[in-house]
Amino acid sequence: MATTHGGHIVAPRIYVLIWAILIVFTGLTAWASFGDFGIFNPIIALLIAFTKASLVILFFMHVKYSPRMIALVIGCGLFFLSILMVLTTSDYITRHWVG
Amino acid sequence: MSTATISPAALEMPRDTYLNASYGVKSWFLTKDHKRIAIMYLVSITSFFLYGGLMAIMMRLELLTPQPDLFQSDVYNKLFSMHGITMVFFFLVPSIPAVLGNFVLPMMIGARDLAFPKVNLASWYIFMIGACFTFSAYISGGVDTGWTFYTPLSTGYLNTHVVAAALGVMIAGFASIFTGLNFIVTTHRMRAPGMTWFRLPLFVWSMYAVSVVQVLATPVLAITLILVAVERAFHIGIFNPALGGDPVLFQHMFWFYSHPAVYIMILPGFGVISEIIPCFSRKRIFGYSAVAFSSMAIGVFGFLVWAHHMFVAGISTYSALVFSLLTFIIAIPSAIKVFNWTATMYKGSIHFDTPMLYALGFIGLFTIGGLTGLFLAAIGVDMHVTATYFVVAHFHYVMVGGMLLAYLAGLHFWWPKITGKMYPEAAAKLAALITFIGFNLTFFPQFVLGYMGMPRRYHSYPPEYQVLNVLSSAGASVLAVGLLMPMFYMLWSLKYGEVAGKNPYRATGLEWTTDSPPPAHNFHETPVVTQEAYDYESLLQEEVEVG
Amino acid sequence: MASDTTTLAAPHHHPESLHEQFDTLEQQKDVAQFGMWIFLVTEIMFFGGLFGAYLIYRNLYYPAFVAGSNSISIVLGTINTAVLICSSLTMAMAVHSAAIGARKLLIFFLTATLLLGLVFLGIKGVEYHDKWVEHHVPGANFHFVDPERPGEAPVPADVASQTSIYFSLYFLMTGMHALHMCIGVGILLALIWKAYRGAFPPHHYTMIENFGLYWHFVDIIWIFLFPLLYLISRTPQMH
Repeated sequence: MATTHGGHIVAPRIYVLIWAILIVFTGLTAWASFGDFGIFNPIIALLIAFTKASLVILFFMHVKYSPRMIALVIGCGLFFLSILMVLTTSDYITRHWVG
Repeated sequence: MSTATISPAALEMPRDTYLNASYGVKSWFLTKDHKRIAIMYLVSITSFFLYGGLMAIMMRLELLTPQPDLFQSDVYNKLFSMHGITMVFFFLVPSIPAVLGNFVLPMMIGARDLAFPKVNLASWYIFMIGACFTFSAYISGGVDTGWTFYTPLSTGYLNTHVVAAALGVMIAGFASIFTGLNFIVTTHRMRAPGMTWFRLPLFVWSMYAVSVVQVLATPVLAITLILVAVERAFHIGIFNPALGGDPVLFQHMFWFYSHPAVYIMILPGFGVISEIIPCFSRKRIFGYSAVAFSSMAIGVFGFLVWAHHMFVAGISTYSALVFSLLTFIIAIPSAIKVFNWTATMYKGSIHFDTPMLYALGFIGLFTIGGLTGLFLAAIGVDMHVTATYFVVAHFHYVMVGGMLLAYLAGLHFWWPKITGKMYPEAAAKLAALITFIGFNLTFFPQFVLGYMGMPRRYHSYPPEYQVLNVLSSAGASVLAVGLLMPMFYMLWSLKYGEVAGKNPYRATGLEWTTDSPPPAHNFHETPVVTQEAYDYESLLQEEVEVG
Repeated sequence: MASDTTTLAAPHHHPESLHEQFDTLEQQKDVAQFGMWIFLVTEIMFFGGLFGAYLIYRNLYYPAFVAGSNSISIVLGTINTAVLICSSLTMAMAVHSAAIGARKLLIFFLTATLLLGLVFLGIKGVEYHDKWVEHHVPGANFHFVDPERPGEAPVPADVASQTSIYFSLYFLMTGMHALHMCIGVGILLALIWKAYRGAFPPHHYTMIENFGLYWHFVDIIWIFLFPLLYLISRTPQMH
């Protein structure tokens, strides 16, 4: 097959499998929002969201089959985004600390 | 007086260059050649610089006397706002990357062009469109928010053209993102055979670090300015306390970009200095890896210090402490560079050509600016001098004494490569001296003024501050002369300058192996690199053998 | 001067689709993909600013966020999430079709992706209309009255006014997302036309692949928007 692609063509059944998992997780997260898990509600929702996003990134966006550099680039973006969020939030959280 | 130049036997301009490869307006405005795009940026940012400079002249005229006699306060607010916006976003941020980086980077790595030439051209158009938006705001009455667009003043209490100015800056930000993207990919993937990462000139390392910062930080500015525009237009309350919003959140988001932005402005300057010092000391750079890694470290750490602009804004004490500590730490990689440049010069054979004069000025002035940054990093000191002329002096020392001098150094250094002609050395040296003197006369008194308590962004002041203000304004007129001179003699040199030849400074680096001006595709044949960067020892060896 | 370089002759062989600055099609393709990923990182930072603002305000005004979240339709939100996931499947299949040279399948899957994207935008339009009619659009006669739910206390006045922050973020985040969807739809139209003209043979379908990356990215943004905006505590009793 004359292709300049990394060489790897992902089989359609993998795509369908990932699609099915994503749909199931969507239903799961909607259902979980009606349950009362206290502090865990947002945690469950975010865990499911991160899992779904990872599946899309690894399989639909082919990162699993791409050079390491791509994963590093994504990692950098997420790292600096987390700096924005963590350091900003830490200001708000510590505003009313005493002593 | 010894220089590094060879006495040319009768040098001629090369026959086929990027300048005469094609003629006509379309061949420039639809070019994909990174060298032509660099020239277009050069013309644009020089024009914007003149406008920003005009604003500064008017401000310094007003500040000659304690009374507000030239301008009303809201007009004065517009002057410093337009000065800041123009100088930061439309001159300093693009200066070295878009002009010198665009021209020289592909040649330094042995490539025929950048990775995405059409994106490069689009980047210039986007920059100009942004400028149109912002300048339309200037023309239709000006903007008076300060370059910092603080809310809720900018979103709810002014009736100037804030939206147009903010959108213009946002759009110009995308130009900077595309340039950064281009440089990153080019550096990774377009290096000539044998050009490994650790054989790269340090200018390339600093361009790479800058590009990473641009790509990560600028989008946050974009969304922040969009929020300001939307809030102004639709009266929502993201940053407006009356509607439940938090103005400090604006400051967090704004400075998350704008602090790395100052590193976007200075890192390319570091790169230029790292090229010039070895060349005019005829010596390999001291500590190549340290300088390369410190560029990356500054890029990364630059993202961790933004709230040092917000110590008095109402952030938590603990948060302030963390940011203060991080700000002290970030001084270290910059200091490493200064030590390495100095060590490079030690026992070198110093030639005081114009680029070297600017580079030496840079080292001294940047050090002063950087050290005063440390004063500001200490919360206790910052409490007293924040929002005074101390801060103004600090950032002008690093931005003008540092960055602008580095830009001028680089422009003089690569001018022969860009145009094929030498500028007149005597005039250039004189201009450098005048600039140095004018600069210090303008801004050193401002440290004292700030320490004595004169606030920034005010057009009137108590009479006891007048002497220092007059000194500062006098210095500004000298500085203006020093900065205008290069515009004249460089244009003069295009027609009457001495032909430069391939390598008038006998510098190392691939860009000096090709013609001046270079052919359209940079090299007649793809170079293969077999030696380390800054191999001045071998050059010295040859000179000894020949002479 | 010491010769620190030797030279190679420039390569002579240049297939039509190879741009001048590259040596091989492989390099060109790698470079394009790398560039696209860096662009997506800038988009991460761009949306990230909004997510950061959301995080701060959700912590400051939690009850208001709960009230706001409960007033938007979870049914429409879930359907839209499923629609986008399906469109990601069809987009991945489009890339696959291009890789194996199946032109008709490529056009089919691109068109399916387009239609699903339009469905998403249509549903979003319905949701926006609902908010407009209920006076939940900040800056335009905003007036939040929490629809009473059995067994629950009505929303206090200060919480009701704080919901304007929630709705501002709702419109900003979903609006920015919808704008990206519209741009994607526009590009899809162009790609379908080009695919019809045979512009994407198996050795040169980089544009399809890179657009796929963009489309999946926009899907991922929605994967986070959905729980953050629609699913903030739908437990029957409110805190």
